[in-house]
Formats: sequence, structure tokens, C-alpha cells
Amino acid sequence: MSDIFKGMKPSRRNFLRGAAASGAALVGGATVARAEGDPAILETQPWSQFLGPGVDEAPYGMPSKFEAHVRRQNVPWLTADPISSINFTPLHELDGIITPNGLCFERHHAGVAEIDPGEYRLMINGLVDRPLVFTMEDLMRFPRENHVYFLECAANSGMEWAGAQLNGCQFTHGMIHNVQYTGVPLRLLLQEAGVKTTGKWLLPEGADASGMTRSIPMEKALDDCLVAFKMNGEALRPEQGYPVRLVVPGWEGNMWVKWLRRIEVGDQPWHHREETSKYTDLLGNGQARRFTWEMDAKSVITSPSPQKPITHGPGPMVLTGVAWSGRGTIPRVDVTIDGGANWHQARMSGPSMDKSMHRFYFDFEWDGKPMLLQSRAHDSTGYVQPTKDQLRAVRGENSIYHNNGIQTWAVNEQGVAENVEIS
Amino acid sequence: MSKFLKGFAPIGAAVLLATPAFAQDALGLGRAALPDEIAAWDTDVRPDGLGLPVGSGDVFTGEEVYVEKCAACHGDFGEAVGRWPVLAGGHGSLSDDDPVKTIGSYWPYLSTVYDYVNRAMPFGAARTLEPDEVYAITAYLLYVNDLVEDDFTLSNENFLDVVMPNADNFHMDDRAETELPEFSVADICMENCKDSVEITMHASVLDVTPDTEETADEEAVAVEEPAAEEVAEAEPEVAEEAAPAVDPALIAEGEGLFRQCKSCHEVGDGARGRTGPHLNSIIGRTIGGVEGFRYSRGFAEAADAGEVWTNENLAAFLMDPRGTMRGTKMSFRGLRDPADADALIAYLNQFEE
Repeated sequence: MSDIFKGMKPSRRNFLRGAAASGAALVGGATVARAEGDPAILETQPWSQFLGPGVDEAPYGMPSKFEAHVRRQNVPWLTADPISSINFTPLHELDGIITPNGLCFERHHAGVAEIDPGEYRLMINGLVDRPLVFTMEDLMRFPRENHVYFLECAANSGMEWAGAQLNGCQFTHGMIHNVQYTGVPLRLLLQEAGVKTTGKWLLPEGADASGMTRSIPMEKALDDCLVAFKMNGEALRPEQGYPVRLVVPGWEGNMWVKWLRRIEVGDQPWHHREETSKYTDLLGNGQARRFTWEMDAKSVITSPSPQKPITHGPGPMVLTGVAWSGRGTIPRVDVTIDGGANWHQARMSGPSMDKSMHRFYFDFEWDGKPMLLQSRAHDSTGYVQPTKDQLRAVRGENSIYHNNGIQTWAVNEQGVAENVEIS
Repeated sequence: MSKFLKGFAPIGAAVLLATPAFAQDALGLGRAALPDEIAAWDTDVRPDGLGLPVGSGDVFTGEEVYVEKCAACHGDFGEAVGRWPVLAGGHGSLSDDDPVKTIGSYWPYLSTVYDYVNRAMPFGAARTLEPDEVYAITAYLLYVNDLVEDDFTLSNENFLDVVMPNADNFHMDDRAETELPEFSVADICMENCKDSVEITMHASVLDVTPDTEETADEEAVAVEEPAAEEVAEAEPEVAEEAAPAVDPALIAEGEGLFRQCKSCHEVGDGARGRTGPHLNSIIGRTIGGVEGFRYSRGFAEAADAGEVWTNENLAAFLMDPRGTMRGTKMSFRGLRDPADADALIAYLNQFEE
């Protein structure tokens, strides 16, 4: 036990951070005190002596104050204005597969619409037999389903196309969350309106001041799309589209229209701003791909990572991360600690669900030497997550979206991790 | 249930024959959408012209409207201010190292411009433009992209004649052919896969990562810091000082109204200039007086003349920004009700530097 702290020379910053995150008392003091016994045990702590807050102190409970550092964060230089911007899920602080509602990353194009559910209406129009208007109460009378799905912004890791930029998996991979949705299958609502045989495309539209729209093919709508009103059991958060959002499993997050107010049925796509100017993939030759909806298989090691250094020194340790695929499940993740010379199959833990996040672990003995960490996801179709160089060979360097290349963290003797690229 | 089944039987049968996916019967939930309701929400426009309203606008009118409502963010000629989107230029740059994707260089369809301007612009005042204004802005955007002459008029009649230069350079997702076979490797290497490994790039060299720990720590401290006694002492003092009591309901109303301002203006602790100047201590402040903010000429002249914001002149400005301050870049039409101006000013008066 005592040699846990040997050989550990973290920077002051990481030292403070590690101590704060673990909730431990001052590590230096603890080492000294060990001979005489640990004051955390020998001294009566205030929480063991005095009464705490009673029930109802927080009718809606919040995390411990010691977890205040676990929070979404944005990258201010990325966008012109926080009203049309994005922040990032703190993946490095999470475990398991479910993202807590308050930590799900936000992406707004005109700020958060605050909609009174009493004034909420969902319209279906276009190539239907019966253009309809639904209230919240109407929606609650349709048969509903529960599904866990990841939502990943197509721009996740987009800043990394040209090379390693941001130090932290929150920033390189945090445009993703994974929650359980409760909602009505979209096909039931379409069935209610009666889609004409010429109806091949849908245009969902948001009620916010950006009026978000995307064209979605009918096959997808009939397959697994949901009109959702709950996330992780409670009402959608305002920033996630309260009271109703569209769920488009496995497909890029921009299509999951929030504050959903209308669905139009048409015979061809609309080619609106978010599927022409944005969310198209400019290739090296000046040509661009459009309608690249599916999210390719991807993984990232969340700990250790630049925001989550190793603070315990050499010895037994847990490496963990998440993996997901828009085309199915993740039966396997490989991990390397030597930059890809040798790979080890990681241990998967937790439920494995279609188009949901998966959790993996690699438990090993760290010898205290520098490491180059990578993870590589295999999805249920046989697709293996490519390297960034493999992607660049196909797409060039002018892409923004759909960067699912393998991420590398360089860990030094102190356990400090950095975002790097390797040969 | 059976009542609805009867009512919808003929339609249900027709759908059933055509698309098996809709084989189940309807539940009879929801109500019919009225034509006026559909017209109110269904404003979308498609490349084939579906959804275009009757109307027209020329380049000159478009320039006027654009300079008034769009240029504060997008620049007078679509060159953009700060990180706001660039709308013009970039022609022939798509395969360069640093491609500039604009309406002229990248967007495949003109209908996208009309649809987007109409649904989402101006930023902070969406859905306020008349069809003729949208046609005019669209015409001006074609002009600054060198796609039409300055005497051009765009209308629903000639809309489909405009062909965007990059229209043919898009193709459907082809990853199934170009990537999936290559990346689906059955027996991937697990041992001795590389002879050597070199680090080729470090994120720390760029150093663009936002500071996470320090900010978090400071804020965590700040939350805990304010000692209970201090707060308790300070509160009565504030209450006594606020001599002419302002109706809290008025302030709350002002706060609601301010929502349409806050995409450009900040108030409160740490407020800074964004698209518009910060508004702390606005009453009594020199008009056009925030240092470092780039004001339009009218404001700069007012500042030179030493003019100061008062309740009266601010109310007048808020009621009619462009009438009272010619050439202002503020893209706001003005409040309709003088009572709203009072409420907004009551709200703003709470914030001091």
C-alpha cells in the first residue's frame, strides 16, 4: 500500500485535480500520518458526529458538492456566440454507459427554446391523407417504447482532422451522450396521418428560432425513429428539446430535431441548410458527400486521458473507455499501451444494446514507463475502427464531420496524458 | 375504437394495398390540421421551387435590407465579422488546403438560401422578413458572389433559372463502397504489428485547450465563499438604498423582453461587448461610449458630442432604433408598446458596472 505513492511526481495542477477528484485528504499528509494511523479514521469526522440535512432539503437532488468539477464545458474559440454553439460531455468523469441528463452535451442554433407543454403542438402535413395536429396528451395515448441510444454530433472530433488539437477526451470526443428514451414510434404517428404512396421523405422541423430542419428517408422513419418525451425516465431537459424531440438511432445528432413541432411528408429531399452548407463532407478533390447519416464505429479511452491523469503511480490500474456504432453493437474493443505494436482484447462490461454506448475495461499492471494508449472498436457488422491516417487517405484533410479515427494518448512517467498522433 | 375504424376504413384500405408498413389501423388520435395552421408553419422551400411564395426583390433593395439586418455579423459584402459565417467568395477554393465554403463557392441550391434566411434570420429576429425582403436579400447574396449583375431582380418566376456553380459536385454517401470493405478486417493484427512508433504531433504545441481545472476550482470556491453573515448584513442595506421602489413585476417583464436583446447584448457581472456593446450602467453612460466597441457613425458622433443616455432618449431609441439613430447596426425593429420600453429600462437599471 505504501509504495502506491512512490515515483509519483505530478504537476501541482494534476496533483490538486487528482486529490479533488478522489475526494482524498491531502496525500502528503496522509503518507506521513500512516505510521501513526490515518486521521481520516482516528479523528471523528463532522459527518459522523453531526446531523445532516433532512429529507426535502433538495426536492430535486443534485450531485455532491465534491463533484462540482464534473460539468459540461465549451471551447469558446470554436463559435461566434454561445447562443449558437456547442459544449461537451465530461466523458472522462463518467462510467457505465448512461449519461446523466444534466451532463449531456448541448448544441443549439438559436439558444434553448422554453416551451410550455400546454402550448405544445405537433403537426404532420404534406403527402398524407389526413394532416393532423397532436397535443402532448394525444402523444401520451399512443403505445410507447423504451430504448437506449447514443446521440453523437457528426462534428465530434472534427477539430482533430488536421491533427491533435485539444487535450482532453471531453473536447475531442464529448459531443456524444447515451440515454434511455421513452417515446412513440414515428411510424405510428405517420400511420395515423396515412402516408400517401408518393411520400418518400420526411422533413422534421424544430420550434426554436433556428427552425431546424433535416430530410429523413421514409425507410428510416418506419424502421426505428421515435418521437421521444422522456430521457432516463424524466422529461427531456429543455436543452435536449423539451417537451418533444426526434430520435434517429445511429444517425448523426443534427437529425434528432429538438423542440419538434412539425413533420412534413414529401416525395424528395429538401436540401436545407443543415444538409448542404453543413453536414456534407468535402473530400480532398473538391467533391462532397451528402446524406452521410450513419455514425461509423468509434471508441475512446476516457481514463487515463489528459483530463484524467494517473495519480496513483505504478502498479495495478484500470484503463476504461467507451465505444459505439451507428450500425449495431460493439462485441469487441482492442486496447494497446505501446502505440499499436501489441493489442489486447478489452473486457466489455454492462449491457450491449443496438446503437448504444458500450463500456470497456483493460485491467493491467503499469510498470511506470511511458505509454501510448489507443482503443479500436469492432462493430457487429465486422467494421473495425480505422486510424486517422486511413481516414485521411480516403477523405483528404478538409473534412469536418464523421471523424471516427483511433485516438492516441501519450502517458509519461508521471502519469500525465497528452493528445498526440503517432506513426 | 370501432367508430374510428369505420370512419377511416376506405383510406386505411388504400394505404394497406400500397404500403404494407402502414397496415395497422389508425387510432383516431389528434385532430385535423386546418389550412391556415399548415400555412402558418409550412414555409419550407425546396430546390424544385415547392413552397416559394409570390414575390420579388432586386439587388439594390437587397443591399439596403442586408446592410441593415445582416451586415453586423456577416459584413457588408458577406466577408463576415469575427467567427460569423462567411457568405461570399471562396470560388474555386474547395480543393485547396484552406477551402472557403460560401453560398457562391459551395451551396448547391439557391432555394436553401431563401429557406434559411426566411426561417432563421436575422439572428435573434427570425421570421420577421417579408417575402419581398427575402427575395431581395437572396438577390444581393447572388450579387456579392458575382453570380448576377447589379440590375438583377429575383422573383418566384425566375428563381429556378438560377443555377448554383457547385451544384454538380455533391454525391450520395458512398462509404459502403469506398470505406466499409477496406475497414472491415476479419483477422486484424494483434501482436508485433509495428517495428517502431514515433509521436508525430502533440496537442500541447497548439495549446488551444480551454482551461478546465482552474476555472472549475475558482467557481467551486466562489460558490462556497460568500459568508452567510455578510449576505445577511448586505441585504437590508440594499433594500433601504433602493429609494424609489421599482415594481418587481416590471423588472420581471423587462427581463422577459430582454431575451430578444441578449443574442447581441450582455448585462451583469462580467458582461462584455459581443455583437452589441454591454449594457451595464446604461443610463447616465455616454452614448456610444463603451471603449473598444466599433460603433456606427451616428453613435460615434453622439459620443464626440458628449451625449448621455437618459430614460427618455433610451426609451425613444428602443421604440424606433433606426428612426432615432440613423445608420445604427442594431438589427432590431423596435418595441411596439412604450410600456415595454419602461419595463426594459427598469430591468437594465439593475445592472451597474
